[in-house]
Amino acid sequence: MRLMDVVDSELLPGVITTRIDDAVGWARKYSIFTYPFVTACCGMEFMSTACSHYDLDRFGAAFPRFSPRQADVLMVVGTISHKMAPVLRRIYEQMASPKWVVAFGVCTCTGGFYDNYATVQGIDKIVPVDVYIPGCPPRPEAVLKGLMLLQEKIRKQGWKGQ
Amino acid sequence: MNATATQRRTYLLNMGPSHPAMHGVIRLLLELDGERVVKADAEIGYLHRAFEKQAEDDCWNNVIPYTDRLNYVSPLINNVGYCLAVEKLCGIETPERCQYLRVIASEISRVTDHLTCVGASAMELGAFTVFLYLMQAREVLYFCVDKLTGARITTSYTRIGGVKADLPEGFETMVHDAFRKVREAVRESDALLTRNRIFMDRMRGIGVLPRATALAYGVTGPLLRAAGVPYDLRRAQPYLVYDKLDFEVPVGSQGDNFDRYLVRLAEIEQGMRIVEQCLRDMPAGPVRSSDPRLLDAAEMADAGKRGETGRLSGSDADGDPTLEGTGERFKAGISAPAPDAVLPTKERAYGSIEGLMNHFELVMWGRGVTPPPGETYFAVEAGNGELGFHVVSDGSRRPYRVRVRPPCFFNMAALHTMLEGGTVADIIATFGSINMIAGELDR
Amino acid sequence: MSSVRETLRAELGAAVLSARGEGLDSVLVLDAGAVPGALARAQALGCNVLVDITCVDHLRWVPAGRGTPSHPDRMPRWELPKPPSRFKLVYRLMALDAGQGAVRERLALECWLEGDAGPASARSLWPNADWLEREVWDMFGVRFSDRPDIKRILMYEEFVGHPLRKDYPIGKRQPLLGVDDGAAPAALSDEELRPSPGGKRP
Repeated sequence: MRLMDVVDSELLPGVITTRIDDAVGWARKYSIFTYPFVTACCGMEFMSTACSHYDLDRFGAAFPRFSPRQADVLMVVGTISHKMAPVLRRIYEQMASPKWVVAFGVCTCTGGFYDNYATVQGIDKIVPVDVYIPGCPPRPEAVLKGLMLLQEKIRKQGWKGQ
Repeated sequence: MNATATQRRTYLLNMGPSHPAMHGVIRLLLELDGERVVKADAEIGYLHRAFEKQAEDDCWNNVIPYTDRLNYVSPLINNVGYCLAVEKLCGIETPERCQYLRVIASEISRVTDHLTCVGASAMELGAFTVFLYLMQAREVLYFCVDKLTGARITTSYTRIGGVKADLPEGFETMVHDAFRKVREAVRESDALLTRNRIFMDRMRGIGVLPRATALAYGVTGPLLRAAGVPYDLRRAQPYLVYDKLDFEVPVGSQGDNFDRYLVRLAEIEQGMRIVEQCLRDMPAGPVRSSDPRLLDAAEMADAGKRGETGRLSGSDADGDPTLEGTGERFKAGISAPAPDAVLPTKERAYGSIEGLMNHFELVMWGRGVTPPPGETYFAVEAGNGELGFHVVSDGSRRPYRVRVRPPCFFNMAALHTMLEGGTVADIIATFGSINMIAGELDR
Repeated sequence: MSSVRETLRAELGAAVLSARGEGLDSVLVLDAGAVPGALARAQALGCNVLVDITCVDHLRWVPAGRGTPSHPDRMPRWELPKPPSRFKLVYRLMALDAGQGAVRERLALECWLEGDAGPASARSLWPNADWLEREVWDMFGVRFSDRPDIKRILMYEEFVGHPLRKDYPIGKRQPLLGVDDGAAPAALSDEELRPSPGGKRP
C-alpha cells in the first residue's frame, strides 16, 4: 500500500490521505534525536559521519542530545567494558519510549577481538539492540546504511513505536 | 525565623563518564564551593580493554592491530612505536626508504591528531564552524591514510621489520593537495580563534600547568612544550630519520590552555613540513613499468598450486596496489632482510620450497616471529607525548609482557592540578586542551 | 660529571645486585629494601622525571629444557635465567634538561620482590607515582608497604583478582554489575568461560 495518496477532487483540493500509523512512522523516521554514547575508536568515525563530509543531517538524524530524557536513539559507539556496563544500562533505562538502540562497531555487536575479562561480549547482554553496524570501525558509508535501516524499521513500526 | 549563622558546605558534582564534553570516557568527581572547584578527582578505567593481557595471548605481529586502538586518533604512531620496540629487541634495522615511510605515516597521523584535538576543544567552547572546517581537513588526510594503508583509522600499517606496502601510485600529489586544504582550514581556524576575544578569555591563563608541576608528573608532549620545555623525542633521542629532517619544536611560555592550542597549531604545520621533506628526500622506490616479467599475483598463486614453479622464478608478482609490499620489486625498499621476522616475497613463497617453509614458519599458529629472550624499552613521540613500549620476550612466539607507557596517563594524573582553583566552566576548556584519549589511557 | 648510574653504583655498594645495558638503556638491579633510598638519591642527583613504574610477573618464566606452558609444542631455543622470585618491579627514571629539552640520562631501577610485598611508595618524590602504583596494585596485586588502603585504578572495586598476573586467565569474566536483574541475560557461568590461554586454539 502506498504511504500517501493525494486526493484530487473538487471538494478537497490539496489534501492528502494516509493512515495515522504511516504518518507517525514517517514523521518519526525523520526526527531522530540521538544520544551518542561514545566510548572508543568508533567515535572517530562517528565524528566523520556526523560532520560535513558525510553529513548525517541529510537523514534528519544529526541532532545529538546529551540528555537521555530527550533522546530516542541510543548510539552505542565503541567498546563497552565491564566497568562501563552499568552506566550504559542506566542511561538506557532513563530514556523515554519509544526508544531504539544502535550498536555501532563490532565491539558493541560481539566484543570484537577483545575477547577478554574486561570487555562485554556484545551490548545485547545489557540492552536490546535494533540495528547492528559491524566494522572496526565501520566506514561512514556503513554507518549511513545502518541509519537508513533503522529509519526503515522506525517507519514500519508506525504508531505503536516498538 | 532568625538565622544568626550560616554554614558553608561544599557540593559534590559527578561529571561523566558519559558527558558531552568528555570526549572519551572518564569520570570527574568534583568538590565545588559555589562555582569554584575545590578538589577534582579523576576516575579512569572505563575503557580498559586489557591490551597488555591481550598482547600476551597473541603472537608478536598480531599485537599490531591492538596498538591501532590505543591512541585511535593517531594509530600510525602506535604501530611505528611498537614495531620499533620489537625491532630493537630483535636487532633488526629497516631500510632507509622504510624509515621514511614510517615517518610520513607518523606525521600524517600527528596532524590528524592535532586537528581533532583543536577542533573538538574549539567546538566545546562554541566554535562549531572551526570544528567542521578541521574535521573536513581531517577527512582529506583520512583519504590519504586510506590510500596508503587500506583503512581510515585502524591502519596496522607497520610490520615487525618493515611496513605493509610502499606508497601507492599518485600518493605524492594526493598528499600535496590534501595539505593545501589542511593549510587553508588551519588558516581559517586561526583567523577565527587566535585573536577571538571570547576564545582568548576562555583559554588564556586557564588550566595552567607550570613547568615544575609538569615535570613532577612526568607530563610530556604538547603539554610540556606549552610549559616551555622543548622536550620532543624526535629531537632529544632521534629515531628513524628524524635527525635528517628540518623541523622546529614549538614551545609556549605559560603552560595554559592557550599555549597548548598554539603549540598544537604550530605542530600541525611542522608535521606537514616533515612529510613534504620526506617525499622530496626519500630514496627512490621501484619504478612502476609494464615489465614483461610481471605476472598477475592470482595467476601466480594458481601456477604455484599446480606446481608450475619453473616459470615463476624469473617473474614478478603484480598484486593489488595495497599489497605492494609482497613482491620482489618492492620488498627490498620497505622490509629489512630478516627472514626470521619478515615474510618472504610472493615470488619466493610460490616459487621455492624454502620460501614456502619460511612463509609457513611465520604465519602458522604456534609459529611466528621469535625475538631472543630479553627486555627493552623504546619510546616515540606520539600525539600526546612520550609513548613507550616495554617489551619482554621469553624466546617464545608470544610476547611475555608488553607494557605501554601511555602519555595520556601522566597528563590525566596532573589534570587535578589544572582544575583545582578554577571554575566549573573552565573544566571544559582545560579538559579539551589535554586531548585525553581513553584508548591509551585505560588500554 | 659522573652519571647518576655510576654514582648510585658507588654509593649503594652491595645493594646493587647487577647492572646491564649502556647509555639510555642502563638498568641497575637493586635489593628491594634499597629502592626507596635509591629513588630519593637518584632524584637528588638530577633524575627529575619518573617515566614509568611497571611490573613483570615471572610465574610462567620457565628455564630452558622444559617447554613453555604457553607453547607446550615448542622448546625454547635459548637458556633462560631462573628468576629469583615472581614479581619484578621496574622504575624508569629520566634526567631531563628542562631548558634544552635534552635527555641527560635514562636509568631503570629494577628489584625482585618477596611475594607480593613491594617497597615503600614513591609518592613523596614524584606525585605521578600515586597513579602508577595504583595501577601496579590493580593489575599485579603488588602491595606498597605504606599504602595499605590503596585503590584500584583501571578495574572496578568489585573485581576479584589481579588480571595481569599470569595465573589470571584472559577469558575469566566476572558478573556484570547492575544489569543482572532478570531483564538481561545473566553473566557468563564458569562453564562458558574460556580455558586458560594455552588452550585457546588447537
